[in-house]
Amino acid sequence: MAYVLPRSYPLREITALIRHSGFFFFVLMNKIVRKRQLSDAVFRMEIEAPLIAEERKPGQFIILQVEHDFGERIPLTIADADLQAGTISLIFQTVGATTKKLAALNEGDFIADLVGPLGLPTHLEKVGTVVCVGGGIGVAPLHPIVQGLKEAGNKVIVIMGARNKDLVILEDEMRALADEIILCSDDGSVGRKALVTEPLKELCESAEKPDLVVAVGPPIMMKFCALTTKPYEVHTIVSLNTIMVDGTGMCGGCRVTVGGETKFVCVDGPEFDGHLVDFDNMMKRLASYKDIEHKASHTCKTEELLKRGGKS
Amino acid sequence: MSHTPLVQLEAAAKAQLEQILAKGPLKPKDRTAIPQQEMPSQDALDRRGNMHQVALGYTPEQARVEAMRCLQCKNAPCIAGCPVNIDIPRFIARIAEGDYRGGIDVIKETSVLPAVCGRVCPQETQCQAVCTVGKVLKDVDLSVSIGRLERFVADWEREQGASELPEILASTGKKVAVIGSGPASITVAADVRRAGHEVTVFEAFHKPGGVLLYGIPEFRLPKQIVQQEIDTLRAMGVEIRTNFVVGRTRKIHDLMQKDGYDAVFIGTGAGLPRFMNMEGENLVGVFSANEYLTRSNLMRAYDLDRADTPIYSSRKVAVLGGGNVAMDAARTALRLGAEEVHLVYRRSRTEMPARVEEVQHAEEEGVMFHFLTNPVQILGDEDARVASMECLRYELGEPDASGRRRPIPIEGSNFKMDVDTVIVAIGNNSNPLIGQTTPGLELNKRGNIVVDESGKTSLEGVYAGGDIVLGAATVILAMGEGRKAAAAMNEYLSR
Repeated sequence: MAYVLPRSYPLREITALIRHSGFFFFVLMNKIVRKRQLSDAVFRMEIEAPLIAEERKPGQFIILQVEHDFGERIPLTIADADLQAGTISLIFQTVGATTKKLAALNEGDFIADLVGPLGLPTHLEKVGTVVCVGGGIGVAPLHPIVQGLKEAGNKVIVIMGARNKDLVILEDEMRALADEIILCSDDGSVGRKALVTEPLKELCESAEKPDLVVAVGPPIMMKFCALTTKPYEVHTIVSLNTIMVDGTGMCGGCRVTVGGETKFVCVDGPEFDGHLVDFDNMMKRLASYKDIEHKASHTCKTEELLKRGGKS
Repeated sequence: MSHTPLVQLEAAAKAQLEQILAKGPLKPKDRTAIPQQEMPSQDALDRRGNMHQVALGYTPEQARVEAMRCLQCKNAPCIAGCPVNIDIPRFIARIAEGDYRGGIDVIKETSVLPAVCGRVCPQETQCQAVCTVGKVLKDVDLSVSIGRLERFVADWEREQGASELPEILASTGKKVAVIGSGPASITVAADVRRAGHEVTVFEAFHKPGGVLLYGIPEFRLPKQIVQQEIDTLRAMGVEIRTNFVVGRTRKIHDLMQKDGYDAVFIGTGAGLPRFMNMEGENLVGVFSANEYLTRSNLMRAYDLDRADTPIYSSRKVAVLGGGNVAMDAARTALRLGAEEVHLVYRRSRTEMPARVEEVQHAEEEGVMFHFLTNPVQILGDEDARVASMECLRYELGEPDASGRRRPIPIEGSNFKMDVDTVIVAIGNNSNPLIGQTTPGLELNKRGNIVVDESGKTSLEGVYAGGDIVLGAATVILAMGEGRKAAAAMNEYLSR
């Protein structure tokens, strides 16, 4: 029988286990098997997590900690998984203390603590034409959703937005999946010089009005995507990334107001009807700790979370 | 209340002990005349500035003197008052003789977590509520300090270093999954392992201990004590898997069908914080007590220099609720530097469910209590941060279903409280995750798992106990439930 132990187990506990349980062999978990830098501040890691790879579904996330005792728990969406290799893919931007420490790890290193898959999976069914909007790092969590929507038999148009061409991620992967790709950048260095809401509005006005829109990215982008589709009454799903501690419904730090009701992003979400989400309150809540300067990083938490945008 | 330093209490107890021993056999009248031993504690002003333990524990002399107050009554009402029926007079008699090993051994016949229960049990509503000494002296606060004595012998044993491992029967080859690692689960893991079954404990967090770790602060229950209980389980051969959310990482059916677990115990607790559903509750600066305490306790946010997890910096805090969790949150806020902490409770002092000692400690530390008061709404500033809280005053009416007098709002009594942080500590509902992901598991309408008197659920081989069954309750009740379920599981596995 194999005992799988996270790297964070103190040695004395491991030796105690060996002493008391005989000749079991140990496999350490959460090993980084591959690391790539996708852009200046964006990294992709393949991590050994066989149980999560087996159970995860599009839309779900994990929570990780780089240090066992004093680390912070941060949620990251699972960008992909390889069932055979028993790995999951995480794509993240280095914006705060924890993501910077994570980026400093290399292939062969272990992530102290990693738990998942968390949250409700995306509801996937054939609805017809779906427009998927991904902003910045939000393209990463969008990837498995596009995969799932295609598998369910939908026509999928992907709008990808980034500040400039260096920050575009997963373009090839998305081209391989989607029926159509519309690239936008703030400075026009790649694709159209436009905000993602421009092509979204055009599509809503076109003959081929989408049956569903899925938007994942910075809160402000999701807010305006929802505002864009509202007059056309196109059902719009957004994936929220709020402050979380446990990720299992225990703390309520992630709560948002949806249609006048309080919902927990970790267990009721992370996906909600974008037309019902109170984005202004959510953005204020993301700024809860903006006054607290962090010794580990001079980027303040708020900026980190706001910049982090989609779950990554 | 004035603070008496430890050395003074110790000296007094030494003198009292000498006097008592010189006097020879004690009559009941002599016993009830012995003054109750005060729990040595950190001075209130000092402890406001640190996270260290508040109650320091009896000295050996104090313990012996206090133990001599016990009348050793034949009917021993205290035993029935204890949810796990510890043979209280017998362990106290051992302490009176100075036989601490004998004392702790008696407790361990029925309880697996004496160092924890001695600190966090609401003794004044259980064993001490029915104590004959308290009855004779017409004051329940003057009952024999059973909890402090329990803590004393448990700490004594731990300080000796080598706590003895319980005997473990030969391996049965059966496998048991225990979900959660709080008091109910620790109890089940120990009892089932003792019967020779292989046990794996699954914990969602990165550290085991459940509410003992994330909920109860260091100043009330040092984490080293919890760690020791967990180490004991490991030494007994129990495997503990952290970062594992049953229902998400693996479902119960898969644990049983794919992974070969023969029985499962669900001890996932009441982990879904309740809110008031009032205007302004999602403003910045409103927290569930769970979140606030988890940040400080489990994530160690109080250690501002070392922890990456931030905690809200507050000047004026309102804590809503009157239970132990509310006291813990209020006292944590003080320690984190809040200038004012207001505890707002809609009933009166006598209805507060918190332990008397915690209420007293909170008052000594400067927490301000507002009884018969309840918030109506929380008001924010232009950044959606808490600016104030509007409250309503109440008066007590007729007793309600809980037997406590129902609070009735006084119309037009609205007033504003100037606060920047609100911590909601009005209780927890059960976490729905296991129910949602386990078809066939029967729940009641409040979301608690339905079990029979042995702790068995509607599913074959699946048992449950603790707060997931009881709703939010206490450590000792969770432990009692665990004991019962473990016995039933051992019986089920032997068939």
